[in-house]
Amino acid sequence: MSKQIAYAGNKGDNVRSDCHITLELRDRGGRQIEVDSKVNTLYGQAIRSLVEDMLGFFELPHVWIRLEDTGALSLVIAARVEAAISQLIDTETQYLLPMIEENQYGAAKEQFRFSRLYLPGNMPKMMLNAGIHHPNGVILDLEDSVAPDKKHEARFLVRNALRGINFYGAERMVRINQLPRGIEDLPYILGHNVHTILVPKCEGAGQIRELEEAIDRYRKQTSREAMFYLMPIIESALGVEKAFEIASASANIVALAIGLEDYTADIGARRTNQAKESFFARSRLVNACKAAGIQAIDSVFSDVADQQGLRDTVKESKSLGFEGMGCIHPRQIRIIHQSFAPDADEIEQAKKIVNAYYEAQEKGLGVVSLGSKMIDPPVVRRAQKNIDLALYLGLIPENWREAFDEDHH
Amino acid sequence: MGQPADHLVENAIGREVPEQINGEQAIPFQGVGQYKPSGYKHAPRIRSCSDYPSNGDKRVASLKEALKKAGIGEGMTISTHHHFRNGDLLANQVFEAAHELGIKNLRWFPSASFPCHEHLIRYMEDGTIHHIEGSMNGPLGKFTSEGKMKGTGVLRSHGGRYQAVQDGEVKIDIAVIGAGCADAFGNANGLYGDSASGLLGFALADSEYADQVIVATDHMVDFPCVPWQIQGNHVDFTVELEQVGIPEKIVSGTTRITKSPDRLLLAEMTANFCEATGILHDGFSFQSGAGGTSLAVGEFFAQKMRDTGIKARFARGGSNKYLVGMLEEGLVDYILDGQTFDLEGLRSMRDNPNHVWTSPFTSYNYHGKGNFAGMVDVVVLGATEVDVHFNANVVTHSDGYLLHGIGGWQNCLFSKTVILPLPLFRDRIPVITDQVTTVCGPGEMIDVVVTERGIAINPQRSDLIEKAKGSGLPIRDIHELRDEALKICGKPAKPRLEDQVIAAIKWVDGTVIDAVRKVGK
Repeated sequence: MSKQIAYAGNKGDNVRSDCHITLELRDRGGRQIEVDSKVNTLYGQAIRSLVEDMLGFFELPHVWIRLEDTGALSLVIAARVEAAISQLIDTETQYLLPMIEENQYGAAKEQFRFSRLYLPGNMPKMMLNAGIHHPNGVILDLEDSVAPDKKHEARFLVRNALRGINFYGAERMVRINQLPRGIEDLPYILGHNVHTILVPKCEGAGQIRELEEAIDRYRKQTSREAMFYLMPIIESALGVEKAFEIASASANIVALAIGLEDYTADIGARRTNQAKESFFARSRLVNACKAAGIQAIDSVFSDVADQQGLRDTVKESKSLGFEGMGCIHPRQIRIIHQSFAPDADEIEQAKKIVNAYYEAQEKGLGVVSLGSKMIDPPVVRRAQKNIDLALYLGLIPENWREAFDEDHH
Repeated sequence: MGQPADHLVENAIGREVPEQINGEQAIPFQGVGQYKPSGYKHAPRIRSCSDYPSNGDKRVASLKEALKKAGIGEGMTISTHHHFRNGDLLANQVFEAAHELGIKNLRWFPSASFPCHEHLIRYMEDGTIHHIEGSMNGPLGKFTSEGKMKGTGVLRSHGGRYQAVQDGEVKIDIAVIGAGCADAFGNANGLYGDSASGLLGFALADSEYADQVIVATDHMVDFPCVPWQIQGNHVDFTVELEQVGIPEKIVSGTTRITKSPDRLLLAEMTANFCEATGILHDGFSFQSGAGGTSLAVGEFFAQKMRDTGIKARFARGGSNKYLVGMLEEGLVDYILDGQTFDLEGLRSMRDNPNHVWTSPFTSYNYHGKGNFAGMVDVVVLGATEVDVHFNANVVTHSDGYLLHGIGGWQNCLFSKTVILPLPLFRDRIPVITDQVTTVCGPGEMIDVVVTERGIAINPQRSDLIEKAKGSGLPIRDIHELRDEALKICGKPAKPRLEDQVIAAIKWVDGTVIDAVRKVGK
């Protein structure tokens, strides 16, 4: 054996709900498990049993292992222990905790993606309560928010989070590492009901094909069936130029997102709140997406304290044709939803059109008209979308048509 | 050490409590409003002006000198107060002096203790202090929980402390009152000086009922010290000290609202609940503490009040810059202040006649002709645990350790609606459980538990259940919330507790609602 000691997880004054592991393989002496836990009285025994079970599973008879625990859930402890073990032994086997039943829901290609909350892939504390803020999607991030030396252990944590943390209906997304490295992330996320894979720094349809082939290979090898969607992120001048090619590279692609930090750096401009420097790129991306029939998603707004700035930015995004935005803090979610929401005039107009459509249907008329004006099907579709949105955000009641009838007849 | 396990009886809420505490008879909890004592209040001895300096100058040279003159002796009860919070320098000096005088077996009767009092552990070890009646926070709680205190601790609410003194349940031999500002006669307030704390309400009972009263200050002014929150006519001796408190630990420069998104969500849900159920109405009243979540609730209230154009008649509680902001903006007519948490609170209390100081007598005392607590429409409180019967715990953690005092918590339960915004679990520890480790408040008095994963309404409050219907709020059965906590955290083991009682928890009427056991090795 070459390496004998491995470490995994986080510790320190500000760390909570995490666990740090020191693991040493030995030739003799049996299993020595040291648990230093903040919740030792209530969970010390449960932690020991879990570790015993894992050491048995990986057939390690002689080890010394120390856990420094700040109140981590079992799924976090298991991820940390496995991350340490996998550094010392060569194994393809994974220690999987049960997939909780609440996590067995699907996603649709066309669903609201106003808010997607980024969750650093190696910070369990932020993942546990992400779902309670009700973002449309959560992004378990293996890329930029994970330090290079933590990439390995983050994969186990993200996998266990996909299986064990209830995200309360949010679309379950993972941002893999930049290709080709991102291919190595696949064994840890496929088969765990990941809905959408985010592909960072995408610059061409070739990368999408490469990724899909790798996914296919992996599925055949493991006979793990899984539906998934892709969301490439455009973060360079070249990517912007190739936006349509990427958007139409696969039927699995549901949206393109733009990453403005890297893009502005790439074109040699400073990123500003007014965002003139990225106006072309954003418009180009929106146009490519619409041409390919998918959603366009805007970059994150990084000043968490500036709520008005966020509000203004979202309004601008919406006016350009974007249908969503990334979030780096849960308090941004509400503002993003409110700002993407149709305003009072839009709702009123949509109600009139959709109501006219229903009335035409009820009367068996082929043509929808409002007053003396004929309404074209795309206008009805857009109005219906606004109604759906207003319903989803609770801006109008389910039975809005009853009230509408009373007001207008 | 502590209380032997015998002489335990089951009280009205099903908890085993001692009938004797530190050799004195104790009455088990009989139910809310059931125990009605008869007789008269405790009265201090009659004094004569001829025994006090006619020029009003009661100063003595040192604290030790004052304690000696006050007749400090074996087994006495010495009281101090927590106006200086974690910046208190007085209590430690009192027992240092007692130790130097070789006095043993004192009962320390603080209105609350803080981590700065860890220093007193040595005087519990050497026998200077026999036991504490007040609160046992942090290190003192740990010391007590491990069975190291000679006697049994007694925890009371702020109102319960007033009641115990007034009823003669606790007879204070010497009260040592630290004040930001005082004169030589003993008039004192907390409004001025480096150690200004806002008000001195927690010392009111002591000044009225203690046998000997010492006022200590580091800001002695010429007579008259006005306004006199403590009246010099109750005071035996005054002492000028170099320093009685550490200013930045008494009142903080700025109070901050939590930035935690999870806590903000709890606060927002709480405010939404109050709006949906009509608790927020024109002329309403509220109390919310100084904790991060409670402060944020106040801010969400303020937002809703601006949006809907309603005003509150009064807000109770610890004052801080946010509450002062509401007063000055005209969202609140009066602040009825119990303790002041930051410099803005202090400024407002000095300058604004609508910022009124209160005491445990006016706000909380249960053995009086009413109090303010019951008039408050809604109070927002914390807890370490709540069980499926809505019983709540504020003093012990789930591992059995005694780590917090009761404060005004029990008294506030008499408000018209009591809401506890709590996370479903902290780190890995479930907050909603089958049975709380220690009952501090009976479930019948706790109306709503707001967690980030759902809001549970006490089934007894059918009015609130009805009003919350159709609000879109995530109303759930408390058992469901308990199940979800268990599912996320896993089933915790039972804490290892021994039979020995190390502290008793008093209810607001002086009866014993629960007992705290020694934590096993």
